[in-house]
Amino acid sequence: MDKNVKLPGTPYSSDDFKKGKIPYVEDVPKARYTWSAGIAMSRFLEELKNGRIIARKCHECGRVYVPPRMFCSYCFRPTDEWVYVKDTGRVNTAVVSYIGADRGKLGEPLVVAVIELDGASEGMGILHKLGNVDPEDVKNRKVFNMRVKAVWKKPEEREGAITDILYFEPIE
Amino acid sequence: MSIDKIRDLKSAKVIPGDMEVGKYVYTLGLAGEKFFNGLKNGKILASTCKKCGITYLPPKAYCEECHGAIDEYSEVGKIGMVYSYTIQYVDGSGKKLDEGVIWALIKYEGVRGGIVHKLGEVDYDQLYIGMLVEPVFKKKAEREGKITDILYFRPIKP
Amino acid sequence: MRMNIHFKNRVACIGAGLTLFRRRLFETPRELAWEAAKQALENAGMELKDIDCVVFGSAPDAFDGIHMQGEYMVDGAGGYKKPFTRVYVGGGTGVFSVIAGWWHVASGLCDKVLVVAEEKMSPALPHPQYVFHHIFDPITDKPLGVNLIWIFALEMHRYMYKYNIKKEDIALVSVKNKRNALDHPAAQLGAKITVEDVLNSEVLVWPVQRLDISPVSDGAGALILTSEEYAKQYTDTPVWIDGVGWNLDTTYWTNRDLAFPKYLYYAGKMAYKMAGIHNPRKEIDVAEVYDPFDYKELHHMEGLQLARKGEAPILTREGVTERDGDLPINPSGGLLGVGNPIAAAGIMKVAEIFWQLRKEAGKRQVAKDPTTGLAQAWGDLMQIGTVVVMRV
Ligand SMILES: [Zn+2]
Ligand SMILES: [Zn+2]
Repeated sequence: MDKNVKLPGTPYSSDDFKKGKIPYVEDVPKARYTWSAGIAMSRFLEELKNGRIIARKCHECGRVYVPPRMFCSYCFRPTDEWVYVKDTGRVNTAVVSYIGADRGKLGEPLVVAVIELDGASEGMGILHKLGNVDPEDVKNRKVFNMRVKAVWKKPEEREGAITDILYFEPIE
Repeated sequence: MSIDKIRDLKSAKVIPGDMEVGKYVYTLGLAGEKFFNGLKNGKILASTCKKCGITYLPPKAYCEECHGAIDEYSEVGKIGMVYSYTIQYVDGSGKKLDEGVIWALIKYEGVRGGIVHKLGEVDYDQLYIGMLVEPVFKKKAEREGKITDILYFRPIKP
Repeated sequence: MRMNIHFKNRVACIGAGLTLFRRRLFETPRELAWEAAKQALENAGMELKDIDCVVFGSAPDAFDGIHMQGEYMVDGAGGYKKPFTRVYVGGGTGVFSVIAGWWHVASGLCDKVLVVAEEKMSPALPHPQYVFHHIFDPITDKPLGVNLIWIFALEMHRYMYKYNIKKEDIALVSVKNKRNALDHPAAQLGAKITVEDVLNSEVLVWPVQRLDISPVSDGAGALILTSEEYAKQYTDTPVWIDGVGWNLDTTYWTNRDLAFPKYLYYAGKMAYKMAGIHNPRKEIDVAEVYDPFDYKELHHMEGLQLARKGEAPILTREGVTERDGDLPINPSGGLLGVGNPIAAAGIMKVAEIFWQLRKEAGKRQVAKDPTTGLAQAWGDLMQIGTVVVMRV
């Protein structure tokens, strides 16, 4: 199909829309959800409240899963054992976010990372924020393989959520 | 090998959340624009595929049988017929309504499809399938090119 | 993997159609699907009554804002009163819908299949970004305020780190694809830009900048697939789909090797085996690989064995992937240039290979004489690869 073929479709701009040139109807989705955390993640969240990170181990292949799960996706059988992993680890990859969840600009840039926790199997990273890391050290890639440790909320402020860990920060 | 179970339900976590989409905007499209413009002018427009001789309500910009383009739009007759009806006693969340609402699928002679709308000016015991009805429109100045430009359909007085 | 590569019918593609790809289109989703399907039928010299069954693809319902979108689409997509199937694997859907169309014909179940894909992302306000938010794990990821671009940035950065890749080299992909798109009739963002433009564009989530990303789009595409017997009745120039492959990695994306798309390696292997391809780098003449981000073109080339690990940026820098290069990649202009109406973008890629192999791509026609091409898409939680290998 050559460049000069005229294709169907009627484009309009956001300006057309704002000026009321585009007829439409609108609707607001009112969906509210409750996501059940299940067995593995309920325990995981409960342990976060205690300032600990719990994982599940598969005795067949030896993998230690974080976040924990009740089945091993490699062996396709139930995992066998609860094990604690450390709240320290190594940065697998990290980036600097200048935008928030809604794509709006953040006041302060946010560093987020995939962190491989000590005690988990190789490659079993978790997503979290990094604190006290200079965005420049992300850009110049110093952050890769950096040793980090979790900074926890005060025990009385924890609520059994991933945010009970405020962020991970470099170990001096 | 064992599968753990949660014995204490207090430790079973449930995470609440919602869909953050502010709203959806549905543009009317080619046929929809004609249809809703028609309502603004107090007319119910259907579209007709000349090749297949099929008239669609709500109108389509294409024929579902032959997939040809349709650009012929015309007003359906004044007289519609109640194809089926139902009475709604509770709202979407299950709460009892003060007054039941009669909803009907209204069809027109020789037209494929129809319009779902409310019935008014009629008592429950007068309802029957096959009842002939006509639309009651909002005052012209209040119409916005929406399906609610029709307030309801009412029985045609003999 | 053991695979039965014996099937009843060889499958041909004999027609393609597209709408414009734009940020906002006025037509309803089914009107867009109809426009694309009508074109594909006309292109194949067919009417809807000639079609046995219809396969439809679109990404999350939450973009169009219509649940059960497959059913909603049925008349526009030409599926009324026919066996109709909707498939969905996120961004991989467009190419996956072609794979599903292929099953119908290869198995002998149907002879003539219409494949349609459509996406409208414009209905979701204030921005479709909110919809993407809901693909993440609500327990581990969402509470952190995750933005869709985070995971791509994390993957891109790991890839850059592992193979010591410069942003300048990745930006070349965006420059090439947007330039290629200037010659595409559907294109939303064809442009002449420079590497500096990319590097100076707004930093969203380092290392991802605005010009590293494909746009949000509305659009539709359609293809006609037939058995060999019928292909010959309708055309002298069928394009054969000789290999299909798809593969999914785990949704626990933080548990993956982010520097290499293993799922795509497996999907490619499956398609290559079926098509009897032993050396993809030598045997594939032209490829449309999925490029919602510029680094993904490189990442995917490597997953598909069109480049060795870490080699794709070098091939790009050397001009190998240009239209007049030895291995033209995304001569259409890709998602970066033509636009990214998710499922429809995958169809656009298969359509481009169809046109390239038929030498019907006009100004976009690659310099070499291509006989074997590949189209690929990627999606779900960046975990699926969908691949078709096509030949003349
Ligand atoms: Zn195992
Ligand atoms: Zn017709």
